[in-house]
Order: sequence, then structure tokens, then C-alpha cells
Amino acid sequence: MDLFNFKKPEHFFVTGEPMIYMADVLIVLTMLGIVFVLTYYKKWRWLWDEWLTTVDHKKIGIMYLISAVLMLFRGGVDAVLMRTQLALPNLKFLNAQHYNEIFTTHGTIMIIFMAMPFIFGLMNIAVPLQIGARDVAFPALNALSFWLFAAGALLFNISFVIGGSPDAGWTSYTPLAGNELDPGPGENYYLLGLQISGIGTLMSGINFLVTILKMRAPGMKLMKMPMFTWSTLITSIIIIFAFPVLTVALALLTMDRLFGAHFFTIAGDGMPMLWANLFWIWGHPEVYIVILPAFGIFSEVISTFARKRLFGYSAMVYSMVAISALSFVVWVHHFFTMGSGPWINSLFSITTMLISIPTGVKIFNWLFTLYKGRIRFTTPMLWTLAFIPTFLVGGITGVMLASAPADYQYHNSYFLISHFHYTLIGGTVFACFAGLIYWWPKMFGFKLNERLGKWSFWIFIIGFNLCFIPMYLIGLKGMPRRIYTYPAGLGWGTWNMIETIGAYLMGIGFAIFVYCIIYSIRHGERDTTGDPWDGRTLEWSTSSPAPEYNFARIPQVNEIDAFWYRKRNKAMKVEESKPLKPIHMPNKTGLPVILSIFMFIAGFGFVFEWHLIGIIGLLGVLGCLAWRSLHEDKGFYIPVDIIQQTEAKWKKVSARGKSITS
Amino acid sequence: MARGHLKKVLSLVGLIFLLAGCSQVKTGVLNPQGPVAQKQYDLIIWSVALMSIIFVAVVGIFVFVLVKYRERPDNLDYEPPEQEGSRWLEIIWTVIPVIIVIALAIPTTKTTFELERSPSPEQKPMKIEVTSVDWKWIFRYPEQGIETVNYIKIPANVPIDFELNAVGAMNSFWVPELGGQEYTMPGMTMHLWLEADKPGTYLGRSSNFSGKGFTHMTFRVISQEKEDFNKWISHVKKTAPEQTESDYLKLMKPGNVPEMTYSSYPAVFIKEYEKQQGGEKHHHHH
Repeated sequence: MDLFNFKKPEHFFVTGEPMIYMADVLIVLTMLGIVFVLTYYKKWRWLWDEWLTTVDHKKIGIMYLISAVLMLFRGGVDAVLMRTQLALPNLKFLNAQHYNEIFTTHGTIMIIFMAMPFIFGLMNIAVPLQIGARDVAFPALNALSFWLFAAGALLFNISFVIGGSPDAGWTSYTPLAGNELDPGPGENYYLLGLQISGIGTLMSGINFLVTILKMRAPGMKLMKMPMFTWSTLITSIIIIFAFPVLTVALALLTMDRLFGAHFFTIAGDGMPMLWANLFWIWGHPEVYIVILPAFGIFSEVISTFARKRLFGYSAMVYSMVAISALSFVVWVHHFFTMGSGPWINSLFSITTMLISIPTGVKIFNWLFTLYKGRIRFTTPMLWTLAFIPTFLVGGITGVMLASAPADYQYHNSYFLISHFHYTLIGGTVFACFAGLIYWWPKMFGFKLNERLGKWSFWIFIIGFNLCFIPMYLIGLKGMPRRIYTYPAGLGWGTWNMIETIGAYLMGIGFAIFVYCIIYSIRHGERDTTGDPWDGRTLEWSTSSPAPEYNFARIPQVNEIDAFWYRKRNKAMKVEESKPLKPIHMPNKTGLPVILSIFMFIAGFGFVFEWHLIGIIGLLGVLGCLAWRSLHEDKGFYIPVDIIQQTEAKWKKVSARGKSITS
Repeated sequence: MARGHLKKVLSLVGLIFLLAGCSQVKTGVLNPQGPVAQKQYDLIIWSVALMSIIFVAVVGIFVFVLVKYRERPDNLDYEPPEQEGSRWLEIIWTVIPVIIVIALAIPTTKTTFELERSPSPEQKPMKIEVTSVDWKWIFRYPEQGIETVNYIKIPANVPIDFELNAVGAMNSFWVPELGGQEYTMPGMTMHLWLEADKPGTYLGRSSNFSGKGFTHMTFRVISQEKEDFNKWISHVKKTAPEQTESDYLKLMKPGNVPEMTYSSYPAVFIKEYEKQQGGEKHHHHH
């Protein structure tokens, strides 16, 4: 290792592809545009004060969601490029190398940089409000989690214009992902991007665990928590157990690649197959990290729009606990074909099938929540209802895949691809749309347009099924994943064309959704009441958007669906007669964003094996931590008169809103 | 008897579900051409049948509640009851899936163990050594002493014991019509039994991503009557070139190559080379 060796990689800026040049131009123009707008409207100060240094969980949530939607766009563009290449046999739209890079970034971005921040965004928005808290337990740490995620995501995303994208799949299996077979910065981007954002994720897990355990409103026993909060609690525990495995696995492979270690190399007594184990010991629980909060969102939405409390609340909780436990003992099903022997394969077949039982319990309880309800087909409800049959198809094909001997035939084929898209899109992505639309008024004070929302929903759903149903069939016809082209005459062509049309429709659905947001900013129905959906849980008891301190008075909870019962019993008035007290709030801090910039510098240095820059970055990180340790921050108090003013303003608007509607 | 019938009926339902989707020519997994693929096919059909019970039940309830309990102009004053849940229902929708899982787990386990053994134990098996290299398939016939690249011929109705190895990245050896796949890994020898019922040509490929040339890493499997196969072997022995060490090393270089045939191969050299590439030299050579 030579500290002062700044070897230039073969291509620092990626060259040769017209699409990349186009992207370069667009990136530069966008950056110039942002700088111009911020300068012209003198918004730099605002950006720093209101967003970059904020520790408010609601603003952090919004920043997570903006990042997630951007990443959904990037991952979606990757998907559309792949589908274009596969539309017809023998197309030459993308070459093998480019295709390999695109499916690698598609998978990594969708899981790590789209699904995760989307879920964390919604958790940040909703959980403190649902439990009647004023923020998370560690607000500055929460900001640090976000900025580390942002640093990791940015690092990963610049790879396609600087240095080259990773190209060994989102699973990054060794020995393919090792230095011998895949030298260069691409895989380093993968390792360091995931590492940096993964540290942020682990911190979030700890943060939300403590928040939910310690900061619930008085009377909110664990078994009275909203189901989304329950799902967040269980997810946090999974994160705390699973993410350290990823951290270690990434660190080991980084040592292999950067410092010549031999953990996963073929030479020097390494064990390449160990990577698959470590990856999936994290990777399978990771799937549940993104699906359990989705279950939580669906539970909230179904209960709200069926106007019924959740059927079988305790069964819902226990089934999530069971799923989280089982999620740690199924990882071998990702490589039944690695020859672990019939005993191991049978055992992991059975543990995998067992997951379907608590999941089935949940599905039936949702159906019985709808039973005898009065179902309103709002857009969040449409996404939620679509989840049930979609996830059902994903689930039953999952049970089929669990059967090891049958899996020898499905493995690595499009059958598998379709299965996990049915669960991850039908579960997580549908939930992200449902949750985003559902909590949108709480974030911004207005509803998204329902008509445009429904258009985007139907086009996306039709596109989704057109895209993925044929994949089950061509998988059984023997089409493997990750091939960049295929010959004519195998009977795959027609199906692939249908899939591509479906993918384009999904893209159109997404575009309509984005248009719906832009349209609604101007024309969306304003939410003056704070309770636009006739909600059941505490987040609907405060104004939309919620004030900085969330609740003027911490609510008292006696029931599941606390707000619903309060509305029924007219307990609102009693609550409001309590005297106001000054509210203690955390201070803003620029430390998280500065620390994350240093982390980005460190990551960038190590990606190119410019160790001096890497070390400087890490020293910056240490400096930030030391500074933080030496400075005490006791927060500040919001005085009673400010609270009164804020509350009075909301009450006035709210009263006016009520008189207009009635 | 009754259970046997039930199984048949359900299997038929499963088959209909599958065929409803793919009326075209059957290829791949749904076109089993040997006992291994057949076993897996039967298990797949059985699992589809079991899963269609769940599918029909859930979709049935789903459609029913959506139609019956949707908000209509005439039920706006209907206030839904507050139901906590039902112990009986929870038991029912736990126990029935448990039974279904057992019904799938038993044949799964049975088949998992069966696939470890020769599909036709009464027949004398034939061995083929398979090595995946970036990005080609090398097949050696130790009993016949010949080597082929990117295609194999096998006798029909003879169980083949494929011994799988890899140089470089991991790949997966898959011939859907003959049976499921198994990974090829450097430094770890794996076994896979396959057998063809009758003469025919099947497409095999790597199904596990291994880099740039992966897409074209396919091979043909040609199943022949035993006499034709024997004729082919003696023809190869007479006409094909011998493989030298440098021929072999040329194959080790990354790239796709056309089909090739050799009448012999440098066995000792190859064994040493592949062991070394598999990182095993430290284990076995002291």
C-alpha cells in the first residue's frame, strides 16, 4: 500500500457510450440549474437552516422520500433500458458489459437506495406521530442516518459516469466480484456505497427501537400501538441483528480488494462460497426489513378505509414476530443448488415453507378487516387492495420455490425474477405508494389528486402484470436471468415483447404519479382539519402539516386506534383544557451533514485506492465525532405563547374549513 | 384409493392452471425428457395444485368482501361493527396452511433425497467430468478418454453422473429438459445425475451469471441410442485431434469458443491445473 500513489484508472470519466455522454450533460445542467435557482432566489441560507441542519423527523422523512423517488426513477430507467434490450431477440441496444452494469445498479439501487429510504421516510414521518412523541429518541443521530444514506447513495450513483459501474450483480458473488475477475473501481463503489449507507441504517434501527420502547404517549401499552409502529419496532430489531453481518461481509471483501486479503479469493485458501452465506444471512432478513413495514402500512390503510379496527390485532403482531424469527433461518434457500446436501436442503425447504403460515394469517386477517366494513376506494386503498392478490401470487410461487428439488429448475430463471418482483413490487412498492399518498396530507397539508392517482395506479398495475406474468412462463421455458440477449426460435420473443410493453406502462404510470404531485401542489385539496381520511391513529389528531413539536399536549391513550375513540367519545375537549407547558426540543446541527461529506470523501478515496484521500476523509469523520463528544447540547424550549399562536392559527383555519364543507 | 384420486384431480387442476398460461409449444421445464426432470415436473405440478387451493380461497373471499362491503350511496350511514377477531378463524387459517405445507414438505424431502441417487440404479451409470471456464463448457469422458467443448453426446436411458468443477467464476450447469441445475464452483467438486429417456437434442446453459461472455455460455446435449453413441465415440477416437497441454491452456483464456472435439486429453496435467486453480494446492500436496 503506497499512500502517495494516485494511480489513475483506465477511464476516470466513463467514455464511449452516447447515453453516458447524454447523462453527463444532463447531470451538469441539472446541477447548474439547482445552483442558479438557489442563488437567484437567495435560498442557500434557507437550504442550510431548514433542511441540511434539521433534526426534525418530519423533514428528515421528507428528504428520505425525495431521495427514494429520485432513486425509483434511476432504478426504473435501468429497468426500462434492460427491457428495451430484451424486447426482441438479438438486439444490440446495449452490449453485454453495459447490460451487466445496468442490472447490477438496478437491483442495488432498488433495494438499498429506493426501498430502504422509502420505508425509512415513511417511518420517520409517521412513527413519532403515531406514538404521540415529539421526535425520535436521538434526533441528531437520525439526521446522521439520513446523511450517511445520502452519502452512500451519491457515491454509488456517480459510478456510472466516474470510474464505471459495478457489474457483478446486486448479490456481488465472489469469486466473480473479487479482484482477479473484476478489477477496477466498479465493485469498490458497490462495497463502499453500501457500507456507508448501511452504517446509517443500523443507527436508524437502534434509533427507532429506542424511540418506540421509550417515547410512547402515556397509556399506549405495546399491545395498543398502531400496527405500522409495531412493524417498525420488529423491523428495527431485524436491522440490529442483520446489518452487522452485511457490514462485516462488505469489510472483508473490501480488504480482499483493497489490501490483498484472501477471505473470498480462490487463491490463498480463501472461501469464495462463504460470501453467498454471509450475503444472504443479511439478505434474507433484509427482504423482511422492507416487507414488514409494508405490512404495517397496509394494516393502517385497510383499517382506515374499511372503517373498522384491525381484525385479529394480536394475531397480526405475533405473526410478524414469527416472520421476523423465521427470516433468519431460511437463507440457504438462495443457493439450494450449491450442493449443501439433502438434509440441509430439506431443512431449509421446510423453514421457508413455514414462513407462508404467519404470512397467510396476516392475509386472512386483512380480508376479515374488510369483511363487514364500509370500503372506500381511495388511491391509498387501491394500492393496498391490489397488494393482496399480487402478494398472494408472489407468496404461492415463493412456496413453490421453497421446494428444493423444484428450485433446481426455477433457480436463476425468470420464474424466480417474477416471484421476487411480485413480492417486492406487490409488497414494498405498492406500500410505498399507498403510504406516501396516505400520509401526504400530513406532510404537506394537501391531498394528492385522486383522479390522477387512480390513473397512475391502473396503468402501473396493468403494466406490472403484463411485465411479470410472462416471466413465470419464460422462466419455465428455460430463460435464465442476467442474459443480455437471446436467439430467436426458443419461443421467448413474444413474451419478452409483452414484458417490455408492460415495463413501459409502469414507466408511464410512474410519470403520471409525478405529474399528479406537481398538479396537486397547485390544485390539491387543502387539508385544514388534520384528519383528511377520517383516521384512527394519533398522527391525525394534530394539524397538517404537523407543527414542529407535533403535539401541543402529549395525548393520553386508552385504546387501540386512540384517535378514533377520542373522536367517538368527544374526549378532545377534555384534553384541550389541560394547561400548556413549554416544550423541550432538540437544536439544529450541521454536524451530520459535515460528517457525511467526510465519509463521502473517504469512500471516494478508497474506491480509487487513493488511500491518502481515504484516510483524510476518515480523520475528518473522527474529528466530527470528537467535536460532538466535547460539546454539550441541551436543546431549547418553545415558549407557551408561541405554541398558543401556532395552535390558534390551526384552529382558525380548521374551523373555517369545517364551515366550508358543512 | 380416495387419496390417490384426490391427488390426481388436484394435479390436473394444477396442470390446467399452468397450461392456461402457455398454450404454445412446450419447452424447458414443462417438457421433461428424462426421469430427473420428470420427478421435478411432478413435484412442480403437485405444488401448483396445492397452491391453487390457497389462491382460489383467498381470491374468492377477496372478491366477495370487495363487492359486498364497498361503500355505496345507499349505505353511507352504515357503521361497521368493531370486531376484535376470532380465535376459531385464527385456528382454521393456521391449521389448513399447516396441512398444505406438510403435503408439500413430504414429497419435497423425499425427492430431495432421491435426486442424490442414480435415477436408474439398475443401469450402469456413465461418468462425464464437466468444467466451466470463462465462458465455455469442457466435457471429459474419463471412461472413453475423449473431450468435447460446448456440446455433449450421451446414450439414452443411461444415467449420467456429471462431476462438476469450475475454473474461475461460479457457473450453473442447467439442461431444463433433463433436470434441474447445480452450481459449478472452483475447488469444490459437485455431482448431478441426469438421464435422457430417448434420443433428442436439448439446450443446456450456464444459468448463473459469470461475467461478460455468460450469455453465450450454452451447450447442446445430444442424446442418442446406445449403438449410435458408441459409433460416435469410435469415430471421435479415430478422427478428432488429440488435445495438447497448450490446447488446454488456450481454452482457459476468457472468451466464447465454438464446439470442439478431442480424441484424448492430458489427464494428469489437467487434474493438477484445476486443483491449483481451485485453490486446493495447500490442502492435498504436502
